[in-house]
Amino acid sequence: MATTHVAVGEAERVPSTVRAVNDLSIQVATVNGSGSQSANLVLLRAIFQMGIPVSGKNLFPSNIAGLPTWFTIRASRDGYIARRKEIDFLVAMNPETAAEDVRGLGAGAAVLYDEKLNLNRLRDDLIFYPVPFDALVTPLCPEAKLRKLVRNMIYDGVVARLLGVEMAEIEKAVRKQFKKKVKAADLNWKAVEAGYEFADQKLQKTDRFYLQRMDRTQGKILIEGNAAAALGCMFAGVTVVSWYPITPSSSLCENLISYMKRFRMDPETGKATFAIVQAEDEMAALGMVLGAGWAGARAMTSTSGPGISLMAEFAGFGYYTEIPAVIFDIQRVGPSTGLPTRTMQGDILSAAFLSHGDTKHPMLFPASVEECYSMAMEAFDLAEEYQTPVFVMSDLDLGMNHWMADPFTYPSKPLSRGKVLNDEDLERLGGFARYQDVDGDGVPYRTVPGTPHPAAAYFTRGSGHNERAQYTERPDDYVNNMDRLLRKFEGMRERLPAPVIEEKANADFGILAYGSSHWAIIETLDQLERERGLKAGYCRVRAFPFSQEVLEFIRRYPRVYVVEQNRDGQLYSLLRLETSPEDVVKLRSVRHYNGLPIDARSVTDSITSQEGKS
Amino acid sequence: MPTTELPTAPPKKMNRIGLEPAVYRGGKTTLCAGCGHNAISERLIEAFYELGVQPYQVAKLSGIGCSSKSPAYFLSTAHGFNAVHGRMPSVATGAVLANRTLIAVGVSGDGDTASIGIGQFVHLMRRNLPVVYIIEDNGCYGLTKGQFSATADLGSKLKNGVVNDLPPVDTCALAIQLGATFVGRSFSGDKKQLLALLEAAIGHNGTAMLDVISPCVTFNDHEGSTKSYAYVKDHESALEDLTFVPFFEDISVEYDPGTTQEVTLHDGSRLLLKKLTVDYDATNKMEALRAIEESHSKEEVLTGLFYVETGRSNFVELLNVVDEPLATLPESRVRPPREALERVMEDLR
Repeated sequence: MATTHVAVGEAERVPSTVRAVNDLSIQVATVNGSGSQSANLVLLRAIFQMGIPVSGKNLFPSNIAGLPTWFTIRASRDGYIARRKEIDFLVAMNPETAAEDVRGLGAGAAVLYDEKLNLNRLRDDLIFYPVPFDALVTPLCPEAKLRKLVRNMIYDGVVARLLGVEMAEIEKAVRKQFKKKVKAADLNWKAVEAGYEFADQKLQKTDRFYLQRMDRTQGKILIEGNAAAALGCMFAGVTVVSWYPITPSSSLCENLISYMKRFRMDPETGKATFAIVQAEDEMAALGMVLGAGWAGARAMTSTSGPGISLMAEFAGFGYYTEIPAVIFDIQRVGPSTGLPTRTMQGDILSAAFLSHGDTKHPMLFPASVEECYSMAMEAFDLAEEYQTPVFVMSDLDLGMNHWMADPFTYPSKPLSRGKVLNDEDLERLGGFARYQDVDGDGVPYRTVPGTPHPAAAYFTRGSGHNERAQYTERPDDYVNNMDRLLRKFEGMRERLPAPVIEEKANADFGILAYGSSHWAIIETLDQLERERGLKAGYCRVRAFPFSQEVLEFIRRYPRVYVVEQNRDGQLYSLLRLETSPEDVVKLRSVRHYNGLPIDARSVTDSITSQEGKS
Repeated sequence: MPTTELPTAPPKKMNRIGLEPAVYRGGKTTLCAGCGHNAISERLIEAFYELGVQPYQVAKLSGIGCSSKSPAYFLSTAHGFNAVHGRMPSVATGAVLANRTLIAVGVSGDGDTASIGIGQFVHLMRRNLPVVYIIEDNGCYGLTKGQFSATADLGSKLKNGVVNDLPPVDTCALAIQLGATFVGRSFSGDKKQLLALLEAAIGHNGTAMLDVISPCVTFNDHEGSTKSYAYVKDHESALEDLTFVPFFEDISVEYDPGTTQEVTLHDGSRLLLKKLTVDYDATNKMEALRAIEESHSKEEVLTGLFYVETGRSNFVELLNVVDEPLATLPESRVRPPREALERVMEDLR
């Protein structure tokens, strides 16, 4: 079950003698629960600290200990941070997968491995570096039970020596990783040094891969999308959070809990300016969010596919009763339990129409950790402005992996709390009708419980209601209300985050993508032009319902490739619903759905093949 | 007995905060004539009127079913929330967390609570959320034409002769076991007891769970049903004679401490429990569970306050939430300053 295999018909094979500087991918294959995550993050961070653009992707099993896990680190002087299919440098620590991992490599790749695995017998076109991990770890670590954990730090030292990672940066990264646990940091640092010493004395470097200091990460940060989204929620002033644990979403609320405890305790009373509840299931989680949103709080939940399914009834309720809510969907591979620790853009269609009847929801598509942060804030404003549940469609790749980014900027706009009437407004107006379209934008006015005025109250119900929120089954009342809801939805098109469009003169075609696929696309654009002479305009969709600009982009290009990470072309399907008959025939679909983050090579191959150029 | 003198012929009937009874009324009921639920709505209106609660401070919540329609039939000037089936507890939890100053009244039914909503019911009881949770319990699904619910007694008969052969869920026993701090059972036809229990429930700090037997006149009021008016009247056995003394009435009540237990509620109101048939301590969980179990074996409909625990922290207190409603905290208190973001960014470099 190797995660690596060289693309068939790959365009260019680099001759194996050319030095590759700051352009390589390292894959570490270990066993889950062996402490390898620390060693991998240290390596990632050290390369980052050397100023080299870097990305790390953890490909892990749904398991706590004992199953295979892979971590890939890509260093790219050109700044490409999407997953790369090809592996240049394998660290083979897992006996279970080692043989297959080695078989999947391209010629000229290097393999650092645990000596006793005897991997050098498998291939004669690779470079092998055997390391006696057991012999190295024993003197370092008298406590046998710690050896399993410390062992992995040794490969950081070996890699540092072979590839040229600066030891001072590794030490800094080790200290950062273990923070206040000085003893652990010392022990781990000794392990790195032992690995380095060993490589220095016993290994002859014969591979062509090098890392050298550059200056492309100055001032940048490394953060996971879920932590970024949590920060966004905190700065959006969220007050009520309800969630149910599910991979890959849990770390969003867990990060939020720690940020809120740090920054949202009232300085005078020491009390919390928030309430966070671990609910009994996702239905309850959204129920609490709607109860809180109804009562005027900024409320949110976070979940993944199975939770989205469970939330369906309440999502439709929230749409029809018009209650603000923010729902993060950190998408993972379905259907059903699927591959719970792998990534997918798999819930686009189900979230768009989640629930029965004529229900539609706005969705935001963050592509970066910056957007996880900024769209979190945006989502709360939109939810309150439009009085409706808003879905933020992140994914496992974005949410759980570490991404390089510019530091986040402090929000410049005040919170936008929407059309809420207080007691003075009610006194002046002499009352209000909850579902009346006063402003012609389909967005009615609301009051919150506790408003001290006899005209404040109204009755919220999922059954048919008229403008005054009274029960009705009258056909005209029903139609009137549904048409207003549609007007409101249509009004969002130009208010939601606009698409980011990069036009290209004399383009052969257009590419349309969203979310975490973005990073593969920017690399694909370069590959297409460099390798095939193909030019493409690019539209990155950032929200549903689509802006008119998206449809105009499609109009301008002879063909448009819709790239996404699912089998059924979910955004492609949504676009087809809204594209004119002349334009709909231009849409082509590129689909990546093996659970691994999308890579540029796969996209480039699919497009060139569909263009008849392969 | 109260010793205060009645004021001389007031021009209009008003309560202590100067509101007339009409303010506490609701929309016209659409339930069947004679439905027990309407009587419960009447008692709620009386309770809020007598206690002098501002209607805008009340949030009425419900699930789905005949029971859950009833929040439309009392306190029209309070916000109402008719949620989805079996999910009122979560909505109530969110609303109370958003605004802890609200007085939340949740109305549910036996199907809404004991079947589709049992999961949320269980977790609400565990959390001790400050809410009055009323089950309007008729042992059947009225709105879908009379199927058995999970509170139907073993051997109870439907109109068409079908006999219930599964044991019932006793929501009171369950609530006590799970940690609810105010648990009782009453009968929609017992005006005095129900009013006293409702008033005390409103004054209680924590989850007050009342299972109110409320006969369905259309589908479950026949011979052979154990939730009919006739059956409940014949089999009701009250634990105590209840007297509620609100906090604002400074009256001394004489009672015999040997036969009457006094419970002081969070807001200073008092509940006097005059024991009727057995020596009973309503603060003893084991005794409460035993009494409920015994009533089943004796085929009695035991009513009264089964269990009360004052002084335990409610869910909002447990979460250490600020005193003001979270919903309306100003931006300055919910958006940390620029320096906070800068500190986080520094850690991530």
